[in-house]
Amino acid sequence: MAEPAFSVPAKKMAMWLFIIADSATFAGCLVAYGFIRNATPNWPRPFHSITNVAAMTVILLTSSLTMLIGVRSAQMADKAKAFRWVMITAVLGVLFAVLHIREWMGMIGEGATLFHNPWGTPLFGSLFFSVTGLHLLHVTGGVIALIAVGVRYQGGRYNADDLEITGLYWHFVDLVWMFVVPLVYLLNLAH
Amino acid sequence: MATEAHKSSGMGKDLIVYFCMLALAGIQFFIAYQNISATQMFERMLIVAIVEGGLALLFFMHLSENRGLRWFVIIFTVAVIFGMQYGWTDSFRLSNGVPWAH
Repeated sequence: MAEPAFSVPAKKMAMWLFIIADSATFAGCLVAYGFIRNATPNWPRPFHSITNVAAMTVILLTSSLTMLIGVRSAQMADKAKAFRWVMITAVLGVLFAVLHIREWMGMIGEGATLFHNPWGTPLFGSLFFSVTGLHLLHVTGGVIALIAVGVRYQGGRYNADDLEITGLYWHFVDLVWMFVVPLVYLLNLAH
Repeated sequence: MATEAHKSSGMGKDLIVYFCMLALAGIQFFIAYQNISATQMFERMLIVAIVEGGLALLFFMHLSENRGLRWFVIIFTVAVIFGMQYGWTDSFRLSNGVPWAH
């Protein structure tokens, strides 16, 4: 039997390859956003408050920590504790998504859509909803994966390695948010 | 017993990394309220984001424990992301060099 690449099990390696490919997708979106923002004079700065986005950041960072606790518990064969922490992570993911949708509803309420906004270039709405929507899609997928893998782990069909691999994806979602927040929100604060 | 000790020290490290990342996120929010140009703000925030992302990769995603995989991920990802930067000069041309720019 050949030694797996980098001594990493195949499933984990597959997740790493997915993460690398997905980071290229997000980088493409953020670079395109940066390109257009830089090339557009008087780019809109519609964000007046950072409270919502700060709360979202704290929630997502905390969910990474709870996921770590869940994985460590699974590695210690503490099944109940691992399941509990993975579900807490999923709940935090749901909370993040709710705040995200609230943010969107606020923007839509102010007149922003994909192709129109009251602040200037219509490209702002397209880019804002595309970049944050892609991230929200990843969070939603992650929550579904956390629940599915957590339940199967609890049922004995999956093991600690499967939880760790799902955790890798969840940390990646957190990592992407660290770049989305400054580029999409903080650089567009109304001063 | 040894595993318990390893687990608790691991959790201690995770907590330290978590608080460092929270602090770095706080620094990004602080930079957002500084009276500096958008370019300076972008550079500073990007540096903080890269450090924050590095911490997540190394400690939360455990890349610090596998040297071979670490280099594979870094080289592959950085090469792809750097490859995407070729259009910036054109972006500046659009904002400064074309007749309708000003």
